[in-house]
Amino acid sequence: MRILTELFYTFSKIGAFNFGGGYAILPLIEKEIVINSGWITPQDFIDLVALSQMTPGPISINSATFIGYRLAGFWGAAYGTVGLVFPAFFIVIFAATAIQRYRNSRMLDCAFIGIRPAVIGLITSATLSLGRTSIIDIKSVLIAGLTAVLVFKTKLNPVLIILVSGVVGGIIYTL
Amino acid sequence: MTQLFKFFLVFLKIGAFTFGGGLAMLPLIEREVVDKKEWMAREEFIDIIAVTQCMPGVIAANTAIYLGYHLFGFWGSVFGVLGAILPSFAIMIAAAEFFLTFRDNPVVQAVFMGIRPAIAVLIFSAAVRLSKAVDKTGYNILIALGSFALISLLGVHPIIVIVAAALLGIASKRRGMGNENTD
Repeated sequence: MRILTELFYTFSKIGAFNFGGGYAILPLIEKEIVINSGWITPQDFIDLVALSQMTPGPISINSATFIGYRLAGFWGAAYGTVGLVFPAFFIVIFAATAIQRYRNSRMLDCAFIGIRPAVIGLITSATLSLGRTSIIDIKSVLIAGLTAVLVFKTKLNPVLIILVSGVVGGIIYTL
Repeated sequence: MTQLFKFFLVFLKIGAFTFGGGLAMLPLIEREVVDKKEWMAREEFIDIIAVTQCMPGVIAANTAIYLGYHLFGFWGSVFGVLGAILPSFAIMIAAAEFFLTFRDNPVVQAVFMGIRPAIAVLIFSAAVRLSKAVDKTGYNILIALGSFALISLLGVHPIIVIVAAALLGIASKRRGMGNENTD
């Protein structure tokens, strides 16, 4: 039971500070779930990112569901996921009422646009820790290089890129 | 079929078929809400997106909450957000169950050994893409490098970095240091 409340609380905290969209949440999850709570390993973390890239839906929802499920099964997933959207639910409803009342105020000119350059730093931090966990030998360096060519030189869909890297990994790591 | 249930279905459908995260959902939501169901005018929709993007959280869920409240009140928000998160929730439970069952299989392990470096590169490419969308002012470069250094080198909590960047953003905007939204 205690783990469910902790999941709810931890993901509420993450949800309340999840500014700047999708990947900006990764350092938050890493800090709270991998480093502070130790609920999942760095390998689990990167596999979770991989799974959420291969499935539809936002990465933050996917993460809350996966981590909750990994720790406490179905109800863990439910508490984590609801916890994640809980703060936004009230903040957005509050904004909806406030804006209907003060239509002409400068609310639209929001403060958190200012964090966009910081989000670049946040995502780069996530890249560094994901890279440390995943690029560990000559084979993984080769796969990273191949992916870099596919990502930056072609317009190949990310899901296909992941499939290609999975097939290449399956071959060269079983040889 | 009531309007509220139709609203739920719109977000359920969008949640189930959108790869590539929240922003990829917006054009689909717009088509359903503005063009097909005609629940609101396009300008109104664009205003709402501008607001929900400022809020913390998942953009698709926030949009569902705001639109739901705007159109149908409190229960509209509840149904909207449930519609937005249920497909990801269900699919991810299936994926997690599959992964946890087969993760010790040597072939699955080899496949994931291959996928992990690719994921690191894909996430990095998101940072590169975002840096192209942000003006290369001294202020922006300093904030980007500073956030990276604080988190990765000094182990500062990302929440502190996010709040500090937001406060600095407000301050610099007041002084007109050119930290404008480029969208």
